[in-house]
Amino acid sequence: MAEQSAALDTRHERQYSTRGVVLMPVPTTLKELSKKPEILTGGHRLCAGCGAPIAVRQILKALETPVVIGNATGCLEVATSIYPYTAWRCSWIHTAFENAAATISGVEAAYRSLRRQGKVKSEFRFIAFGGDGGTYDIGLQSLSGAMERGHRMVYVCYNNEAYMNTGIQRSSATPLGADTTTSPAGSAIPGKPVPRKDLTAIMAAHNIPYVAQASPSNWLDLIKKADKALNADGPAFLNVLAICPRGWRTESNEGVEIMRLAVDTCYWPLYEVDNGVWRITYKPKDKKPVEEWLKRQGRFKHLFTAENKHIIEELQAEVDRNWQRLLELSEKTS
Amino acid sequence: MGKRVALTGNEAAALAMKQINPDVVAAYPITPQTDIVQYFSSFVHDGKVKTEFVTVESEHSAMSATIGASAAGARAMTATSSQGLALMWEMLYIASSYRLPIVMPVVNRALSGPINIHCDHSDTMGARDSGWIQLYSESAQEAYDNLIQAVRIAEHPDVRLPVMVCFDGFITSHGLENLEILEDSEVSEFIGEFEPEYSLLDPEHPVTFGPLALQNYYFEFKRQQADAMTKVAAVVRRVGMEFEKVSGRHYELFEEYRLGDAEMAMVVANSTAGTAKEVVDELRAQGKKVGLLKIRMFRPFPKEEIAAALSSKQIVAVLDRADTYSTMGGPIYNEVRSALYDEKLRPLTMSYIYGLGGRDVGLDDIRKVFSDMEASRTAGKVSEPINYLGVHE
Repeated sequence: MAEQSAALDTRHERQYSTRGVVLMPVPTTLKELSKKPEILTGGHRLCAGCGAPIAVRQILKALETPVVIGNATGCLEVATSIYPYTAWRCSWIHTAFENAAATISGVEAAYRSLRRQGKVKSEFRFIAFGGDGGTYDIGLQSLSGAMERGHRMVYVCYNNEAYMNTGIQRSSATPLGADTTTSPAGSAIPGKPVPRKDLTAIMAAHNIPYVAQASPSNWLDLIKKADKALNADGPAFLNVLAICPRGWRTESNEGVEIMRLAVDTCYWPLYEVDNGVWRITYKPKDKKPVEEWLKRQGRFKHLFTAENKHIIEELQAEVDRNWQRLLELSEKTS
Repeated sequence: MGKRVALTGNEAAALAMKQINPDVVAAYPITPQTDIVQYFSSFVHDGKVKTEFVTVESEHSAMSATIGASAAGARAMTATSSQGLALMWEMLYIASSYRLPIVMPVVNRALSGPINIHCDHSDTMGARDSGWIQLYSESAQEAYDNLIQAVRIAEHPDVRLPVMVCFDGFITSHGLENLEILEDSEVSEFIGEFEPEYSLLDPEHPVTFGPLALQNYYFEFKRQQADAMTKVAAVVRRVGMEFEKVSGRHYELFEEYRLGDAEMAMVVANSTAGTAKEVVDELRAQGKKVGLLKIRMFRPFPKEEIAAALSSKQIVAVLDRADTYSTMGGPIYNEVRSALYDEKLRPLTMSYIYGLGGRDVGLDDIRKVFSDMEASRTAGKVSEPINYLGVHE
């Protein structure tokens, strides 16, 4: 692999000084945001309108040191690392699907060891990116283990609510009723028959320093959360909604608007659990009905019939229950 | 020169790991490897090693974290056995493909099912085509010596491949043995500092590990891996010679025991070689020309050397503590037989599957194999090429 690795040896554009300190702080205005160098460059082969690279770029804007990125197998990985090219202006490792957390935990352990020995001088941060399939399902054990062990790393789930890379199969992040290729809207069973699981709450139950749920539609909220996660004294987990126009059956130019509807309907509440304190970081002035979010997406089209209307009601009940719980938790712990 | 101590195989392996003093160890307990993880934990908790010890939640994560650490420029190790190795299987191929010099003791144990915690070689034989170098060890002494040599072999610039050091569950792992160990300083001097060619932790030179290589490049990665394997034997020999200077103990690609003028030869790996040597001595005392070839390096397979050592024999019986279920005999048998194919003189060959799930192999079993060989030699043909030794039928 010698020759091949050398070809991948993408030099930084002197974005970092030799001491590893980034030249620009965490941006808080759009102007600052646009000036901060991109670590994930253009030219990758993710679909137009894909939410994943938007989420990744925003998160990486919060970096102030060099970073090593671990990537689970998935859309983000395959579309950004097609040999002999890479879209990443940083060290990057992909090994397999279910183990981005374990892999980056090994990198972080090496960093602690080598830094203690004086063999690595620069300060680093460690981020693992995985889709919801690689995080909620096959990678849950690896993620749980890495969080429990206390590695100083950030795990980011870019959550597009199904296995999009293999062609829109349902995952445990797929909502009730959604039409996917393994939970099709059939005449006997109309879409996914069971609700999604609440991974953010599961991660909060790990009692790690920082857990948050975010959406690229609310960019400043996401960058602030990324900043907190990157500077947490231990493991941090971010669950970030990421639209998939192909899987959600939406137009590629309306992603941010649709993700904002997820937030404004409280289908995807923005909140954080900062050292045990639950805090809702955005309360919609006017909580919209869940239909507003559902009706914009082809994957829920079949729900808007008389016989499937009860599924929308169940979804609304789930959203309300969850929102109420969040309100209570944030009151109780703050 | 070192001192003599009484250690179990697991204690010897853990001691070798302590003396190697890796930057990172990520490991998970599994019978009969567990002692290694426990002993190593106490070295960590008593401040005897500089290692970051990652107590992972599974062997899949053990190998994943070890890969991450190794790619980050750390000298990284783990240890496993049986189901643990099976769970790592996906990651074994990735470790070798990324050319990471990981060293891993594997305590040989049967694979389920039915579940069985005792010795056989189905675990590492199942992983024989994963691109790892495999060294087999007859005793705790050899497990210890092989682990120390494995670091040099794995990290050699011509090689840069991971190494499994295999030894028998319970028989070697839990058996107490009198062995000679090196001083800590002798080990650290012998292995030297790890100088990674690429590291994820060089901020001036970011690197990519594990890109998507499609039809246009994947094959070239695999070809380079195969090419690296062709360079392993020379490195194993050279490291063995250097190790002899430090330890006084001699290592080759395999061991020949009274093999030179033997007419009937047995081939076996790991602890059963000790039993076989007893029987060879006994039969030699009766004037029978018998000998033993003990496998050390099974991957890559030293085909020319083994063919040269066996081609002049009249008959060769290969003992495998694992089956291939191919109906063509055990894995070592198949390699030995294939290695002999191009020889002008070819011995008769027989396959014996033995000791599965820890079934004891005694002197009488080995005597039976030699007497079978003698009968086939006299008949000039092998009527039963595939045999199951010591099974109740």
